Amino acid sequence: MYAQLVETGVKRIKPLAEMSEQERSFQEKIDGEIKIEAKNWMPEAYRQTLIRQISQHAHSEIVGMLPEGNWVTRAPTLKRKLQLMAKIQDEAGHGLYLYSAMETLGADRDEEVAKLHSGKAKYSSIFNYPTLNWADMGAVGWLVDGAAIVNQVVLQRTSYGPYSRAMVRICKEESFHQRQGYEILLTMMREGNQAQREMVQDAINRLWWPALMMFGPSDEHSPNSAQSMAWKIKRQSNDELRQRFIDQTIPQLQLLGCTCPDPDLKWNAERGHYDFGEIQWDEFYEVLRGNGPCNQERLDTRRQAMADGAWVRAAAVAHAAKKAARKTRSNAA
Amino acid sequence: MNPANDLLDHLLRLGDSALVQGQRLCEWCGRAPALEEELALMNVGLDLVGQARNWLDYAAERLADGRDADHLAFRRDERAYRNLLLVEQPNGDFAVTMLKQFFYDAWHLETLKGLCQSSDPRLAGIAAKALKEVTYHLRRSSEWVERLGDGTEESHQRMLLAIPRLWRFTRELTAPDAAESRLHQAGLLADPAQVADAWQATVATVFSHATLPLPEAPSHFYLDARKGLHTEHLGLLLAQMQSLPRAYPDAVW
Repeated sequence: MYAQLVETGVKRIKPLAEMSEQERSFQEKIDGEIKIEAKNWMPEAYRQTLIRQISQHAHSEIVGMLPEGNWVTRAPTLKRKLQLMAKIQDEAGHGLYLYSAMETLGADRDEEVAKLHSGKAKYSSIFNYPTLNWADMGAVGWLVDGAAIVNQVVLQRTSYGPYSRAMVRICKEESFHQRQGYEILLTMMREGNQAQREMVQDAINRLWWPALMMFGPSDEHSPNSAQSMAWKIKRQSNDELRQRFIDQTIPQLQLLGCTCPDPDLKWNAERGHYDFGEIQWDEFYEVLRGNGPCNQERLDTRRQAMADGAWVRAAAVAHAAKKAARKTRSNAA
Repeated sequence: MNPANDLLDHLLRLGDSALVQGQRLCEWCGRAPALEEELALMNVGLDLVGQARNWLDYAAERLADGRDADHLAFRRDERAYRNLLLVEQPNGDFAVTMLKQFFYDAWHLETLKGLCQSSDPRLAGIAAKALKEVTYHLRRSSEWVERLGDGTEESHQRMLLAIPRLWRFTRELTAPDAAESRLHQAGLLADPAQVADAWQATVATVFSHATLPLPEAPSHFYLDARKGLHTEHLGLLLAQMQSLPRAYPDAVW
């Protein structure tokens, strides 16, 4: 799911007049909505920004399997277990698409994963929050995948072709996950008992603000956005997307019969949007810095998986080499 | 002996085995040696839990005592579970997991092939769907046994350690059972002796490609999953899997 706070390394957007011929023809393509493809020339900063963004996105899919993996062994019915397993499998698949898209830019998957494990590369802040009851599986689907979709629907029009095409495929599956997540909550609210309804409200209370943080810092604190927008990697600002998410999600919250943990939330008829309270930005930056509730556990699990699996990967490589050698010998004979 | 009870026990054996194996695969989530394996382990697990649901649905229908597949999965104690002892064994390292999967797949494939010929159309129908999935499972697990057995010195050593941990539980895949023979006589199941032979042949071939030694046939021991006599591992597995429905028995999820 998602990339927030992607460095562009660019302090100031160059006007067309200052650009080299190559840069200008690139920018004209962007402005003309022509997709950039792997073999096309691109500014190095554009390439690096995309590598950072797509890898962050891919890492988020992989780390995002962990909060759900926490409940897949405890799903309460066979149907729910199957849904959750299918969803986790989709996420691994999304990770694979995204790493492939990233590799078209000349980046190396193993190197980028190593950056994740060393803490150098980021993943979405949302996956640093714990899943504490079954309703979290519904709320993650509804709110977290919901926020991802708002972000990703726009990214279908992102200027880099391979990324945009990956988003088209991923969005279809994400929409399905979101509906399933919402249906989990709706069932618990409408057919469940008091304890279950409390679980749903509790999950929403804990995940509401972290879901809003998925859109990244507010526009005034988002120094990289201008360049990303000029390159049309980003198509809409963090605050615009966040507002869209809130506007479309509140009616769904009301349909559930739940409340929003934001005392300042209210409809603003003049703006035609919901006004909402201030996000705890200190918390957001702490989580991004590695000080969220589960940052340590999530990275430890990934590092452990890589370390424990090293001998398996080595065996696969050794066996492939042996097989290839046997084939060469039998061809020679 | 009542043939209806035999069939019910057999449905539970099929359903519980698929479910418990699927549950063990869920435990790998986020911990696999490569991203492709995350996908594959969850994919196989998903197939198996889907199959378990089909078998348990049919078992519940035959029971006709008001319990449904979820009730059978989430409210039965370990003494009532009929899964193979093999599949409840802990995942261990990737060598143990893949060898366990391979032993199970090789048995599963032959069992399902036989069931496809069953005189009970419901059995044959569920088996035919599962067979497609399990053909893929066996191909994959055979390839891994071969890769790990004939990979590096370390992977070979790990396979050598995995074999004795699992081998004694393979007896139940090959030992004849009176109830299964009766079901076979009634035209409902394949000949268990044929399943056993085919299993042994598959294992011998794959072990030889994997440069692994084939142990002596395992001997009888006290435990017997057909009587609900399990290892100590199943209770813990069920405690985790069943925790929510046990805590909220009247809940709709």
